[in-house]
Amino acid sequence: MDLYQELILEHSKRPHHAGLREPYDAEVHHVNPTCGDEVTLRVHVEGTGRDAVVRDVSYDTLGCSISTASTSVLADEVIGHTVDEALRTHEAMRSMLTSRGTDPGDEEQIGDGVAFAGVAKYPARVKCALLGWMAFTDALNRSGVDNSTGATDPTTDLSPETPLSPATQGETA
Amino acid sequence: MTAAPFSAGESARIRADFPILSRTVRDGKPLVYLDSGATSHRVARALDAERSYAEEVNAAVHRGAHQLSEEATDRYEAARAAIAGFAGGRDDEVVFTKNATESLNLVAYAFSNSVAGQAKDPRLGLREGDEVLVTEMEHHANLVPWQELCRRTGATLRWVPVTDEGRLDLTDLGSLLTERTKVFAFTHVSNVLGTVNPVRELTAAAKAVGALTVLDACQSAPHLPLDVGDLGVDLAAFSGHKMFGPTGVGVLWGRYELLEQMPPFITGGSMIETVRMEGSTYAAPPQRFEAGSPNVMQAVGLGAAVEYLEELGMDRVAAHDHVLTEALLDGLAQRPWIRVVGPTDTTDRVGAVSFVVDGVHAHDVGQVLDDQGVAVRVGHHCAWPLHRRFRVTATARASFAAYNTLDEVAVLLGALDRVPSVFGVAV
Repeated sequence: MDLYQELILEHSKRPHHAGLREPYDAEVHHVNPTCGDEVTLRVHVEGTGRDAVVRDVSYDTLGCSISTASTSVLADEVIGHTVDEALRTHEAMRSMLTSRGTDPGDEEQIGDGVAFAGVAKYPARVKCALLGWMAFTDALNRSGVDNSTGATDPTTDLSPETPLSPATQGETA
Repeated sequence: MTAAPFSAGESARIRADFPILSRTVRDGKPLVYLDSGATSHRVARALDAERSYAEEVNAAVHRGAHQLSEEATDRYEAARAAIAGFAGGRDDEVVFTKNATESLNLVAYAFSNSVAGQAKDPRLGLREGDEVLVTEMEHHANLVPWQELCRRTGATLRWVPVTDEGRLDLTDLGSLLTERTKVFAFTHVSNVLGTVNPVRELTAAAKAVGALTVLDACQSAPHLPLDVGDLGVDLAAFSGHKMFGPTGVGVLWGRYELLEQMPPFITGGSMIETVRMEGSTYAAPPQRFEAGSPNVMQAVGLGAAVEYLEELGMDRVAAHDHVLTEALLDGLAQRPWIRVVGPTDTTDRVGAVSFVVDGVHAHDVGQVLDDQGVAVRVGHHCAWPLHRRFRVTATARASFAAYNTLDEVAVLLGALDRVPSVFGVAV
């Protein structure tokens, strides 16, 4: 099955940066209401605006291999990067995952995220792959970082075609 | 069980009645559809009945003086009669709804609308200190409406717990079902566990304390002979698309004298007796509960579907289901890395079999099965509290209908054997 790339299985068995850590600026809890998968995710950022740097993403997931692995890749790809870069990566992931297979993904931008290209052919699993990413952008919004400024297109919110309706509960630490 | 399961020849003929079963999925693999608990396939004659209705008689029912309207009304009412016969009730006790969820909400709102309207029938009153009893194995459709009813009225929701084996734990029923209990709503068959609940025992206990009983018959109607009178329930709900009929139609059956006391849920045209600017009075059941243009075509389709089920013979459908369930449970028992959530023997159990594979999430299990053409449900199956009780986030569920075969059980088991290697899990 081309869905379960070796990279995905590796990330799901040994997710990188897993566990909840201090310090953090915001913590969110997202649920995929159709299957009950859950992620609790914290972000720690330094600085302001889109030049702020994501110092840490820590998380606890209860979900399938796709959602766990995707959150692991997320942590790999955004920790140490600016909010601006992190949001570009999110947009590149989202674009690939919702492309129904027409966007193979840009490895420069999303790293191991390209392993998830096959997920785009299974619409029911796109929600799984996006769970951690949606939690991350929500946490950024709640962290107090003003990510709406800057040169790049700020449209990182859910677009109508995104097949995701997370039940969200968030709090700001 | 005295009835015989379907022979190979009969099975082949039954399968031919469901056109979709001949299609392939995922690069030419034969479809092995084991998700009928979520939605069953439509029998050709139900589709034919819908098309014939639309092409030959389509008209507004219960109004109009022309011939089409008469014929449309006849077909709609004939469907009602067929369903009443199938469920063991009277024609005027069958209410068409959009789905079973609406049927159950209709009942829940009968209580709160009675309270708001100060209805006389004390059975439909509900206030602080009163209790609503459900079970821990309910589908959200037979849980959330009662939670909401309790929130609106101040009544207290209580529930019968479930044992580790997946059956109702009736040890403390005496303290749960008391004079305070106004309504006891429970499922006939768990959509997750496959457990068949002891309905007669529960209705007798409810009667003894004066509580009304509401039965969720969604999973039993397609699997077992259903006789609402014999079961002793006051109200029962089931759903067209789970029993070879279309989506968009459900049924509420209720004892007539009770329906007569129930205020309407949705109001408007078709359900009135007289209307004045100052206020209105309402039609007798079942019309009182069928406001607006009804889903006639779907009702006609469901009427044809229940006639089909009756021709198959519900005792034989049940016997066939029993054989498939036994084969699947045996096969799963030989695979110690699979854990069944629900009874592992076939006593008082039907073919909805949920399971978890150690170390592999249900979504991932379902994906591997799908790759082999096997369609199962994964997730919490709209029974989240039940999954919590078994400390699992999600399960995979295979559920049967009359058109499934032992060969398909074998394909499922073979596909399951691929799961451990895909995810590198030791068996």
